[in-house]
Amino acid sequence: MAVRRLYPEQPLSFAFTPENEAWAKREIAKYPQGKEASAVIALLWRAQEQEGWTTEPALRAIAEMLGMAYIRVLEVATFYTMFQLAPVGKKAHLQVCGTTPCMLRGSEALIEICKERIAEHPHELSADGQFSWEEVECLGCCANAPVVQIGKDVFEDLDPQLFEKLLHDLDTGAPVKPGSQIGRQCSAPEGVRITLLDVGGPTKRDAEKV
Amino acid sequence: MTKPIFIDGKLIEVEPGTTILQACEMAGAEIPRFCYHERLSIAGNCRMCLVEVEGIPKPIASCAMGVTDLPPNKDGAPRSVLTASPLVKAAREGVMEFLLINHPLDCPICDQGGECDLQDQAMAFGCGGSRFGENKRAVEEKYIGPLIKTFMNRCIHCTRCVRFMTEVAGVEELGAISRGEDMEITTYLDRGILSELSGNVNDLCPVGALTHRPWSYIARPWEMEKTESFDVMDALGSAIRVDSRGPSVMRVLPRNNDDVNEEWITDKTRYACDGLRTQRLDHPYVRDANGKLRPASWDEALAVVAGKLSNTAPERVGVIAGDLCSAEEMYALKDLADRIGIASIDCRQDGAKLDPSLGRASYLFNSTIAGVDQADAILLVGANPRVEAAVLNARILTRWRQGGLTVGVIGEPTQLTYGYEHLGVGPQTLGDILAGKHAFAEVLKNAQRPMVIVGSGVAARADGQALLAQAAKLAAASVAGKDVGDWNAFNVLHTAASRVAGLDLGLVPGKGGLDTAAMIAAANAGKLDVLYVLSADEIELPAKGKSFVIYQGHHGDRGAHRADVILPGAAYTEKSGTYVNTEGRAQLAVRCVFPPGDAKEDWAILRALSAKVGKTLPYDSLDALRREMYKAAPLLARLNTVAPAPLAGVEALAKKNGAVDAEAFASPIRDFYLTNPIARASAVMAEMSALKKTLEAPHRLKAAE
Repeated sequence: MAVRRLYPEQPLSFAFTPENEAWAKREIAKYPQGKEASAVIALLWRAQEQEGWTTEPALRAIAEMLGMAYIRVLEVATFYTMFQLAPVGKKAHLQVCGTTPCMLRGSEALIEICKERIAEHPHELSADGQFSWEEVECLGCCANAPVVQIGKDVFEDLDPQLFEKLLHDLDTGAPVKPGSQIGRQCSAPEGVRITLLDVGGPTKRDAEKV
Repeated sequence: MTKPIFIDGKLIEVEPGTTILQACEMAGAEIPRFCYHERLSIAGNCRMCLVEVEGIPKPIASCAMGVTDLPPNKDGAPRSVLTASPLVKAAREGVMEFLLINHPLDCPICDQGGECDLQDQAMAFGCGGSRFGENKRAVEEKYIGPLIKTFMNRCIHCTRCVRFMTEVAGVEELGAISRGEDMEITTYLDRGILSELSGNVNDLCPVGALTHRPWSYIARPWEMEKTESFDVMDALGSAIRVDSRGPSVMRVLPRNNDDVNEEWITDKTRYACDGLRTQRLDHPYVRDANGKLRPASWDEALAVVAGKLSNTAPERVGVIAGDLCSAEEMYALKDLADRIGIASIDCRQDGAKLDPSLGRASYLFNSTIAGVDQADAILLVGANPRVEAAVLNARILTRWRQGGLTVGVIGEPTQLTYGYEHLGVGPQTLGDILAGKHAFAEVLKNAQRPMVIVGSGVAARADGQALLAQAAKLAAASVAGKDVGDWNAFNVLHTAASRVAGLDLGLVPGKGGLDTAAMIAAANAGKLDVLYVLSADEIELPAKGKSFVIYQGHHGDRGAHRADVILPGAAYTEKSGTYVNTEGRAQLAVRCVFPPGDAKEDWAILRALSAKVGKTLPYDSLDALRREMYKAAPLLARLNTVAPAPLAGVEALAKKNGAVDAEAFASPIRDFYLTNPIARASAVMAEMSALKKTLEAPHRLKAAE
């Protein structure tokens, strides 16, 4: 993990949209009086969802909403890598899992594609500003490795061809379907059953299907 | 109920809430530590204090584990802690090795060298070498203000500085961003810290990451002479250690004194010492016929002064003592004035309406500074402790953070670092509370340990005595009928180090004498011919040509510019002198270096002058002078103690009446960094003053920062 700093070019101001503002008020009200600061991560996350990345004016605005010192909010924002401190691609910010299971299943090839198609370095915008990528730690979908997370969606069972297609679809605006890209149901075995064939008789689950 | 515990085989009983580390210290076992500090919250992140508890497989961070939190042994026997077992030794070596992985080996060029916790503990508890061959971490330089020099490569992430700024200084500006190996201590967008206590983080830093910028690279700790003394920059009398080399004071550090300053001092106390080297009066001067000051010999200067004093009627002579004088020279001054017959003598250059004839309790901080720890309601009347006594303010903050303290402020609404109720701006509100018409009256009534703190700015008003009387009445009413022992709720917060001693010695106008303001008015009106000024620089002296001004002092400040004769004296580090702090605690400041050039200790100047005037003072040594002084003011002999000042002592003051003006209260200190001649001569203080103005000006953070 590299040193995390605020991006040198920041927007001039930040304000929550009216809906988010109302949501933030409800979020703050969940905590006892005097403990408003507990809502800081929720608010930072909502601000990032609204703006695409976590901006410096947003840090200050949230600090003021919660009665915190600016530095305390900066501490939180720099601690958690989920807060993007630099602008991300407008169409997608790809979080490619690089942890062992995904690596064994070919995530390095996906990263190579990211470097070719998007930008040489993680957290760098593509030439058209539409894409960016980063390598992240385990996304918790090891059974469907390798996986890429975009926003709240995880795209699973990728290989270079499928990943290229995914990028193409995202770029052209074609509909994309989160989940397994090879048609697996959740993390059920891929293709036909090849294990436990000698048990004899239908399994309980097979029986239910029938 | 105490709990027994074995420390290295020694059985001790500890109070509930004691940590293992504290228990070990009680048992005499030394535990190395970096992040733990007695006066800060517990962080438990350096892991240096690991100890072994028998029956628990892993070593335990002793600073964060309470003795009562240890599960008992199965047989009910007390737990046994080992602080020198092979496991502990290995654990400490391991921690030290980790700490040193990213710590640069630049001790020879590090200012902390010689007084570095990491250096010392690496020697005592570390292993001999390093197994780390990779590159060390490099951290970008940070800017935390002009007082703190940063070498963030050296930081070991103990977070003492962050905790100090938040918990004691009350300024949440320092923080630790990122995490793990990349953690960095910084301010928000490299903004300088604006706190009166920021220099203390340099002391707290156990390594050389934060060092003192004003005296960086000028001396090594082992080549300086260390003298334990007391501070005069405010009226608290903080305990300090003055480090000097040869003729100059190199630095000022705090000493532990739980009753006054715990172990903090203000930036002014600490860094104004460069002012001791500049703008000094090191030679007597006499103004010649052309109106120019020219150097003169002591004989000549004293002869001119003696001639003036002898040839002027005593009632046409005035004497003013300033804010940095020690009791000894004020006593000699008063003695000399009495012998000549001068009645116009005053130690209250700010015009404070404090009258020693009303009893000592009428001008002291009677609840005592340590009493703040027990207070449950504080009413600040025209006092801004943050600038008038920053260390006291930190104590109020510490008390406030514990909960159960209500602070009310009458006066300017300022940033005090803790929450307070702003009740009003002027005497009207004070009157309302006294009359029971204000909600805060109820707070004081319900408090068990109330404090009414009157600022020196209030006492200095024309209606000062009436306001002091009202505050005294309020203080008396707030404890009436309560079983609070000898708790005295009436407090005067002085800003001048010399004031209490001056009042104790009776440096106030005698029969027919004039006070400071009247003396200057009389001089301007041609009714006062000679004015003897003992290092009083915060007054508007009479215009040139009006009255003959003799200035005795140590800095070429306002007084010296106007003077007709200058007698160079000694600053507080250059003379042995008694100072009485705002709570009436007499403390003996010690001479650390000699006065520069021809300058002399002030009592000796007055003694020499007295011989020239023909009214020789009957003491030839400081000891003899002190013996006489203690006869006049016996309490000055009781060093480092506070004589009890029961509430009955303010009755005489409370009986005073008088009209009060509706004008709002104001703190006498407009610029914290430039309150006395030493601070005004200091380049560091000038820089801080300028920075404060810039930072306080309304501004918007630039987007591109």
